[in-house]
Amino acid sequence: MDLIFSSIEILARWDVLLALLAGSIGGVLIGAIPGVGPAVAIAILLPATFSMDPIVGLTVLLGIYGSSMYGGSIPAILINTPGTAVNALTTYDGYPMTTRGEARRALSLAYSASFFGGIFSVVCLILFAPILAKIAPMFGSREIFLAALLGLILVVVAHRGQALIAAALACFGIFLNTVGLEPVKYTKRFTFDQSWLSGGVNLIVVVLGLFALSQAFYLLTGEDEKVRMTKLRGGLFQGLRELARHPRVAGVSGTFGVLMGMIPGVGEFTAQFLSYTYAQKTSKRPQDFGHGSSEGLIAAETANNAVPAAAMVPLLALGIPGEALTAMMLSVFYVHNVVPGPQLFQNDMDFVVALYLALLLLNILVLVFLLFATNQLIKVVKIPNRFLGAAILVLSFVGVYSLRNSFTDCLIAACFGIFGFVLKRLSIPAVPIILGMVLGGIMEVKLRAGMARVKSFPDFFIDGRGDTNSIRPIAVILFIMIIGVLLIHFRRVWLDRKELKEAKWSTKHASTNFGMHLSRRKDYLLRERGRKVRGKHLTYNPRSTGKR
Amino acid sequence: MSSLEEKRFPGPLRGQILFAIVFLVAAVLLLSQLGEQTKWMKRTKFFAQPRFWPMVSIAGMVLFGGLHLWKLPRRKFVRADVVEWKVWFFAIEWVLWFLLYVILVPIIGYLPVTMIFMPILVWRMGYRDKLIMWVSVAFGVAVVLFFKAFLDVKIPGAAIYEYLPGSLRSFFILNF
Repeated sequence: MDLIFSSIEILARWDVLLALLAGSIGGVLIGAIPGVGPAVAIAILLPATFSMDPIVGLTVLLGIYGSSMYGGSIPAILINTPGTAVNALTTYDGYPMTTRGEARRALSLAYSASFFGGIFSVVCLILFAPILAKIAPMFGSREIFLAALLGLILVVVAHRGQALIAAALACFGIFLNTVGLEPVKYTKRFTFDQSWLSGGVNLIVVVLGLFALSQAFYLLTGEDEKVRMTKLRGGLFQGLRELARHPRVAGVSGTFGVLMGMIPGVGEFTAQFLSYTYAQKTSKRPQDFGHGSSEGLIAAETANNAVPAAAMVPLLALGIPGEALTAMMLSVFYVHNVVPGPQLFQNDMDFVVALYLALLLLNILVLVFLLFATNQLIKVVKIPNRFLGAAILVLSFVGVYSLRNSFTDCLIAACFGIFGFVLKRLSIPAVPIILGMVLGGIMEVKLRAGMARVKSFPDFFIDGRGDTNSIRPIAVILFIMIIGVLLIHFRRVWLDRKELKEAKWSTKHASTNFGMHLSRRKDYLLRERGRKVRGKHLTYNPRSTGKR
Repeated sequence: MSSLEEKRFPGPLRGQILFAIVFLVAAVLLLSQLGEQTKWMKRTKFFAQPRFWPMVSIAGMVLFGGLHLWKLPRRKFVRADVVEWKVWFFAIEWVLWFLLYVILVPIIGYLPVTMIFMPILVWRMGYRDKLIMWVSVAFGVAVVLFFKAFLDVKIPGAAIYEYLPGSLRSFFILNF
């Protein structure tokens, strides 16, 4: 109880509450505008939060992170365009409900499910915080290295069909982190004798380039979309009642959200996929899924809103971010010399609980805001895309330039902006670069520290103190998990290949290829005729013609 | 007619080949510089070598970048690729706008440049409506007031502010 009171004391400040209010409402607005998203907003605001207290800065960013998905459901339901990437599944059932005149019901249900997901995960984590506090100190350098490696592998394999390029980009991120003066032996790495490279490549500059500037360039080169809005009439309170009729779907989806959120590199998409599949398989009306099923909407929205709070667990307990947004938040900790990790859980548990309580408060604030302001809020969806692009361009300047007032930083950010733009055009993920940069740094430090007393590979999993040797259980579990994830991935790749081969070799009905057959036959005849004609011309000789 | 691999490829195929080639070439070039740009220290463990992580990361870039190129369903240039390169090339115009903005702010000032830059950019995009022009000016002012005056982010005062009279000069440097 003392812990809760001391956590409330941390939060009970006007600047923290103001930050929470601004972050949550700002997050809803940002989420409701398709084409902006929380990553862009957090990247832009990041340098501005460096001058604030850690709790104030983190509350703003948490507010945006936790509330953007609420806002993202609005365009997903009303205009079939997800406000944030994780709202894509909401369009499956939300938009069909709008087309049959149930927009208000869909929005209300989405808000209620999101609220349940958010509150469920925070309550779970507050209850599990003491257990986490006991487990976290068992993570030494070796365990943190293995957890970071697992996170990186999961990020790569999560990009199905793009794992190779995701791995290459993650390696590129690790490489970017190595550029500059190496901190132990003080040797230069890949600086090419350029003074501006000696300090390394700044994470914030890369983040702003890859997320904010690239998005600005993408919107500026695109076209405005015409939006036809559905008018909403009546209140939005009915969703809570409807949600209460599906406690099983909501509970299981929330659990998936919490579990998937806690695993670095997995996140919202897997949680949504698992909950949606579960809801469909156990539903009495599975045929409704994708055509406006209330259970489908609950599964998608509950799962994605349960993730943010859970995603803070690896960040706070181990200092390992599982996705780009938490990677950005990590830099706020570093700037304020607050080192997230087992020590934070041991020494500053009230700070950790304060963050969870902030998330709890945030969900209540957002729900109240949305229940009363949705009619006004839906107007932001109409902002033209290219105007947004110009706005993001101007805002990105604040983010990059306020770091060190450096033109070089802006130039580097612009280069990464173009790189990110190309990645966006090609639908290649940029997240592995950021996680490669952050996790690469962690892996380098922890592997060096962890290998200091290790002589052979098995020693990595054995704790040798004096004459007694004991196995490090968490290191062993993490190593088995890494092997398991890789095996599952390779099996999936093998199965995909097998399926592709089977599809290639499967015979088609002759009639489906008849047109192509005729076309080929015609080409062949024409080619042969041409060859004959050319042959005649080449061998034409008036004197010999008659004899032949 | 597109093959089964092309149909199943996640994302568009246009431009992929050039991206994969450039990425691989850049990775190979970095690998060729590994010995020159990093050091191998004596009496230092393998994992603690300054060269270890650059070596691992660049080797990974070459390996996975090469495999990505090899596994692309289409490994020849077509007309759609050229169209895509043109889109990439023309996006550089926005980079130049951004850099121009960055250059002008320390000279003319954050507020004046933002107030002028936003409507010009909006005009360049083809908007001619007076309302949207005024909205863009208002947006510029709001951004400056929010970040510089309210959040006090570190953006230096402009060179042009030096010519303002005493108290107005410091007021402008602090807030705009």
